[in-house]
Amino acid sequence: MHPVVTLVAQRIALGLLLLLAVSVLIFLGTEALPGDTAQAILGQSATPEALANLRAELGLDQPALTRYFGWLGGILTGDLGVALTNGMEISSELGKRLGNTLFLAFWAAVISVPLAIILGLVAARYVGRWPDKLISGVTLSTISLPEFVVGYILLFFLGVKWQIFPPMAMAFPGMGLFERLYTVMLPVLVLVLVVLAHMMRMTRAAILNVMQSAYIETAELKGLSPMTVIARHALPNAIAPVVNVVMLNLAYLVVGVVVVEVVFAYNGVGQYLVDHVAKRDLPVVQAVGMVFAAVYIGLNILADVISILANPRLRHPK
Amino acid sequence: MPNLLEIKNLRIEATSYPPGEPPCEVVLVDDVSVSVEKGRVLGLIGESGAGKSTIGLSAMAFGRGGVRLTGGQILLGGRDIRGASATALRSLRGREVTYVAQSAAAAFNPAKRLMEQVIETSLHHGVMSRPEAEARAVELFRKLGLPNPETFGTRYPHQVSGGQLQRAMTAMALCPKPDLVIFDEPTTALDVTTQIDVLVAIKAAIRDTGVAALYITHDLAVVAQVADDILVLRGGKKVEYGTTDQIINTPQQPYTQALVSVRSIDHVEKSDAPAVLSVANVTARYKGTSFDVLKNVTVDLPPGQTLAVVGESGSGKSTLARVITGLLPAANGRITFAGRQLSPDLASRSKDDLRELQMIYQMADTAMNPRQTVGTIIGRPLEFYFGLKGEAKRKRIQDLLEQIEMGAGFIDRYPAELSGGQKQRVCIARALAAKPKLIICDEVTSALDPLVADGILKLLLDLQAREGVAYLFITHDLATVRAIADRIAVMYRGQVVRYGSKTDVLTPPFDDYTDLLLSSVPEMKLGWLEDVLKTRKMESAGN
Repeated sequence: MHPVVTLVAQRIALGLLLLLAVSVLIFLGTEALPGDTAQAILGQSATPEALANLRAELGLDQPALTRYFGWLGGILTGDLGVALTNGMEISSELGKRLGNTLFLAFWAAVISVPLAIILGLVAARYVGRWPDKLISGVTLSTISLPEFVVGYILLFFLGVKWQIFPPMAMAFPGMGLFERLYTVMLPVLVLVLVVLAHMMRMTRAAILNVMQSAYIETAELKGLSPMTVIARHALPNAIAPVVNVVMLNLAYLVVGVVVVEVVFAYNGVGQYLVDHVAKRDLPVVQAVGMVFAAVYIGLNILADVISILANPRLRHPK
Repeated sequence: MPNLLEIKNLRIEATSYPPGEPPCEVVLVDDVSVSVEKGRVLGLIGESGAGKSTIGLSAMAFGRGGVRLTGGQILLGGRDIRGASATALRSLRGREVTYVAQSAAAAFNPAKRLMEQVIETSLHHGVMSRPEAEARAVELFRKLGLPNPETFGTRYPHQVSGGQLQRAMTAMALCPKPDLVIFDEPTTALDVTTQIDVLVAIKAAIRDTGVAALYITHDLAVVAQVADDILVLRGGKKVEYGTTDQIINTPQQPYTQALVSVRSIDHVEKSDAPAVLSVANVTARYKGTSFDVLKNVTVDLPPGQTLAVVGESGSGKSTLARVITGLLPAANGRITFAGRQLSPDLASRSKDDLRELQMIYQMADTAMNPRQTVGTIIGRPLEFYFGLKGEAKRKRIQDLLEQIEMGAGFIDRYPAELSGGQKQRVCIARALAAKPKLIICDEVTSALDPLVADGILKLLLDLQAREGVAYLFITHDLATVRAIADRIAVMYRGQVVRYGSKTDVLTPPFDDYTDLLLSSVPEMKLGWLEDVLKTRKMESAGN
């Protein structure tokens, strides 16, 4: 078999194993919390009989191992259980919310990834000169501000003062694509500003590292222009480190969106998580935890696979 | 007819940043004038720092790093390209003048197929269309003797050998039909047996395309085979400039004369004696593999003598050193040292085993901690093996520095403040500090200029006579072997194919491989390349 297939299969298997380990951690973590779901529902003043009845009803009197496998089996069949607070199916509600969050993350990624790479290339091209300093300065200052500060600043100017974009990012079913995009523009912008600097700096560093190579001098001596040298000869060799950082940031766009969603009252997974943490709704917290872990692990596996495919030594063995 | 390239009173400067001192201007090339006619080859020769690459690249008005072309004229086809605009230079580079780098392995982009890179300039400058360029590339691959020329271009750089890459780079330089090609040490990184094939290919390609060339090298014997004229450089200044015949056969300047007859050592081999190191039937393989990198190796080394281990890269020379030092435990066989049997792996050897067996490496640069002074570096084995401290240690370090002819003044210097030869001397002192019975020297002169290397070899022989230390001397350079060996082991694919006293090994009749190896060493005479091709028995392994 082609060695790349083996390598990729290994990565995927490793990712699944990791996800399984995370599920154990999430289960144990919530298990270790004082009190249980029955206690949470009935409150501090519940009688022991009432608690025992409810536990039997919810299956909480079963041993932990049985409950873990029951929960895991549910996840594998798409059943994430029922939210304690409102008795609704978690899967359907989470699915809707995840759709909203992914919509936000997708557009933030569509804007930020190409922008970060282009800015990184330009910064590398003019290293140490004013375009480099300007790009680094601006992106580093936006990353240095906490995202809720960036969020409120944009909200105040673009949303309230000049009223360019709607301050409340509420997505409703039935909205057209452009209307929806217009609605979420402010949180998308905040997310772009938050992830831009990291990817830009990594692209710049990776390109500058490659620029030290002898084959870059070869390209210069071919009479190619500096930007052609960077795009054609440096970038293909800088893919692996850049992809890794891009994927970390994409994962952050999904997982780290919590604060931004709360600032803009956007009905995505982050908002959903915050609501249910406040209410100690453990099944929801567990389910969201698993989704976040899956996104993180999935994107990192994807980064590994792209790095493997980008390496000609692995793609075309001797 | 005007000359294609005419360099007049060229001056090249750079800013130097010495450690702990303010930056200063240094002159790299001063008042050098040369000219190249169409279809002729000019050899630029000198040691490192002589300015040969700098002058070579000036033919494209290219300054590596912060190098600036500050004076004189560089007339290419009659127009001065020094100070031409960046756009004008870009249209000239890769079209009128092309470049073949020293290490093709590093100079090819690892992420792109060879064909894409070979025809890139032709397309970029609009010299020809893609089908034309590809057809020309295939034709050049064929002319340069590359295997499967039709499909060679579909491969990636890592999929072909070093010698093939160097030829592919020559094809890349010739593809856009330039007027001038700069060859910058194109065979230096290759084995002698591969070097000869690349030399032949380059020479034929120059002849067939009628291109003019600058051929840069530190090896006078190599340049004598390809150049019509030679410019000898030293410290950025012209030493001597003339036809190849005149430079090789009637050199005028003392420096050129020294280059022509670089080996001043005449070493008489010592007679046989009981061995201090005895390697018997040693076989070794790397963990997790079933391939024997060493097969049944048996060699003996008497005290105070030198055993030279020769062979091309990949023949197992350095592996033998790793097995003797215990870095790679032998799978089979026995190593006896100073009357004791050595345990195969490093961890279970005694402190005396470690002390009496020292190593010196090829790259002195990377073999020393750059943040330690010379005194600390040499003092470490004194402390570790003999527990010397304070004044006694300092005294011994000074003695060792005297022994390597450097003087006590170097004790507080850092490696970065030393020249290449001085660094290697410090490494020798560090090995000697342990009072070893055997020093393994792994290509210790390969990275040095010929005259500096000569000095190091003399020092090693002096120290051997005084201290009675034995050397296991690993090298691919047969001139070095002739200079210092008492015994020789020729290695090929993990086996010793010829072994004995220096005279025996170097006296015919030879086996095929030893013949190939010996006949591949360039000799300082005109027409050697053509002669040797007629008499070779075996093809080199680099193909």
